[in-house]
Amino acid sequence: MITYFLCLVLFAVGLYAVLRKRNLIKIIIGIVICEYAVNLFLVLFGYRMNNRSPIYDPDQVITKMVDPLPQALVLTSIVIGLATTALVVGIAIRIYEKYGTFDITKIRKLRG
Amino acid sequence: MVELHILLFFMIIGAIIAIEAKDLLSAVVAVGAAGLALSIAFLVLKAPDLAITQLVVEILCLIILIRATLKVDLPFSTSGRWLFNTLAVFVFLIIFLAFGYFALKELPSFGSPIMRVSQFYLEKAKELTGATNLVGSVILNFRAYDTLGEATVLFTAVIGVMAIMRRKGRKKVTDQEEPDEL
Repeated sequence: MITYFLCLVLFAVGLYAVLRKRNLIKIIIGIVICEYAVNLFLVLFGYRMNNRSPIYDPDQVITKMVDPLPQALVLTSIVIGLATTALVVGIAIRIYEKYGTFDITKIRKLRG
Repeated sequence: MVELHILLFFMIIGAIIAIEAKDLLSAVVAVGAAGLALSIAFLVLKAPDLAITQLVVEILCLIILIRATLKVDLPFSTSGRWLFNTLAVFVFLIIFLAFGYFALKELPSFGSPIMRVSQFYLEKAKELTGATNLVGSVILNFRAYDTLGEATVLFTAVIGVMAIMRRKGRKKVTDQEEPDEL
């Protein structure tokens, strides 16, 4: 319970950066932190106390393993997170080249 | 699980430093520290595949973010309704945390998950797929369509990055594309 709540606090820290900061890089950092928190929460939810990692071994009882399903899907999620981060950073670099600033309140002249 | 709590506190402190640092480069380094702590947390939670992947992804993410923040200053401005904005955000976050607390109380307690689907995987994966690593057997056999969707999303994101970071548009017949500089 306290572990879940600490994970939620980490998510809230990322959410604060997304909501309050005005620098684009800080907003991207906030998104990355939110992503960490969500991945960690899903893996925490599949953890079984005092069990072993989900890799077969000849001398083991078969049901004493942690949940492999959240781990597999989080593996997918981590890689997609890297791709989306690269995309957002690319957009931020282009915005900096065009407007000369990362401040979102100074980027007014958005043209299509 | 004392070590897990220590790692979580370390990640929260690293995240706060990353958000509040004046220098963008130190902010990026602090978020890298949080990501490496996440990798160790995956190792503590008995997920070695995730720990390896998170390590590699974290380093790549750090390189991308440093590329974005080189030779860039941080405009620090407190104009506008600074107090009102901060108060509104904090009130929202407190409400969010309160709702999250009551929602988390309904979940099964830490360390005893509901394993209705995974029990089947744990018992049958060796005969059905022949893989000894269960995570590999889930992503490549039982949920292979998810992996296909992941590859699609990855491909779309790479095309997006190439389209954004390309220097010139395609005007002439003999266009020479410059490699994307990321």
